Amino acid sequence: MLAFIVTIIYAYIAYLALTAGSGHVLGYWSESELLMGLFLSIIVAAISHKYLCRSGNYRMLNPVRWILFIVYGFGPFFAAMAKANIDVAYRVITGKIRPGIVKIDPKLKTDYGITFLANSITLTPGTLSVDEKDGVLYVHWINVPEGEEKKEFATIKKVCGSFADWARRVAE
Amino acid sequence: MLADYLIWIFIIIGLIFNGLGVIGLLRFPDVYTRLHAATKATTFGSIFTSLGVVTLAFWKLYETGNTANLVLSIHTLIAIACLLLTNPVGAHAIARAAYRSGVKPKMAVVDRLEEVNQDD
Repeated sequence: MLAFIVTIIYAYIAYLALTAGSGHVLGYWSESELLMGLFLSIIVAAISHKYLCRSGNYRMLNPVRWILFIVYGFGPFFAAMAKANIDVAYRVITGKIRPGIVKIDPKLKTDYGITFLANSITLTPGTLSVDEKDGVLYVHWINVPEGEEKKEFATIKKVCGSFADWARRVAE
Repeated sequence: MLADYLIWIFIIIGLIFNGLGVIGLLRFPDVYTRLHAATKATTFGSIFTSLGVVTLAFWKLYETGNTANLVLSIHTLIAIACLLLTNPVGAHAIARAAYRSGVKPKMAVVDRLEEVNQDD
């Protein structure tokens, strides 16, 4: 039942976002769009709620996690992404690369946390998550610092900064 | 007028990073390093060009009050969100598929994944 309601709400929000500007009820919507959106969301939710909320895990519904996620997206993540882009731009121009696939163990337990971390790592230039086995991530790193290649597990701080802590805070 | 300069700055930053992505695609030696340039630098560039569109749309909305601009800005923000969600998944899928079909990273100083796949 909870899966059904959550799917209705998300489908309705998506519909409203796409049809904003159609009228003047509640600011920006027309009555027909509001009613039709609700009707279509219920149909969509009836069909798809079994497939969308399969894990039965609703901890991401907590609004505190959403606020943390937005803070993370605009703060540390965007800063790290900008810094890494400038670093990769430097490597594109000079051609100084030292690539390698390293192993990191972020000690995250849930699928949410690992997906969150792997996507953050991939979106940051210079690091690219290639594979994942039992919570251990294999990361292709464009510039492995001296000494890191000899370690069994690379230093998490050097690969992805504070992302692992944020993944734990937001998704676990 | 301030919005004009802001839009110019956003679009120039976006074009610089998109251009660097293309140069990287030509210069780097193998599929993994090329993915770094081709998927990540272009995501960052596209975010900035899209931010230019959002700034323009909000500025026009503020100036004219025409809701067509609101539609444009919201749709562009949705496009940015979709870009941020799908791009890492696509890059990861390409890298994983390349590794599974036997493409080894060139010039690699270390390859921890090789040891794992030998056990399978």
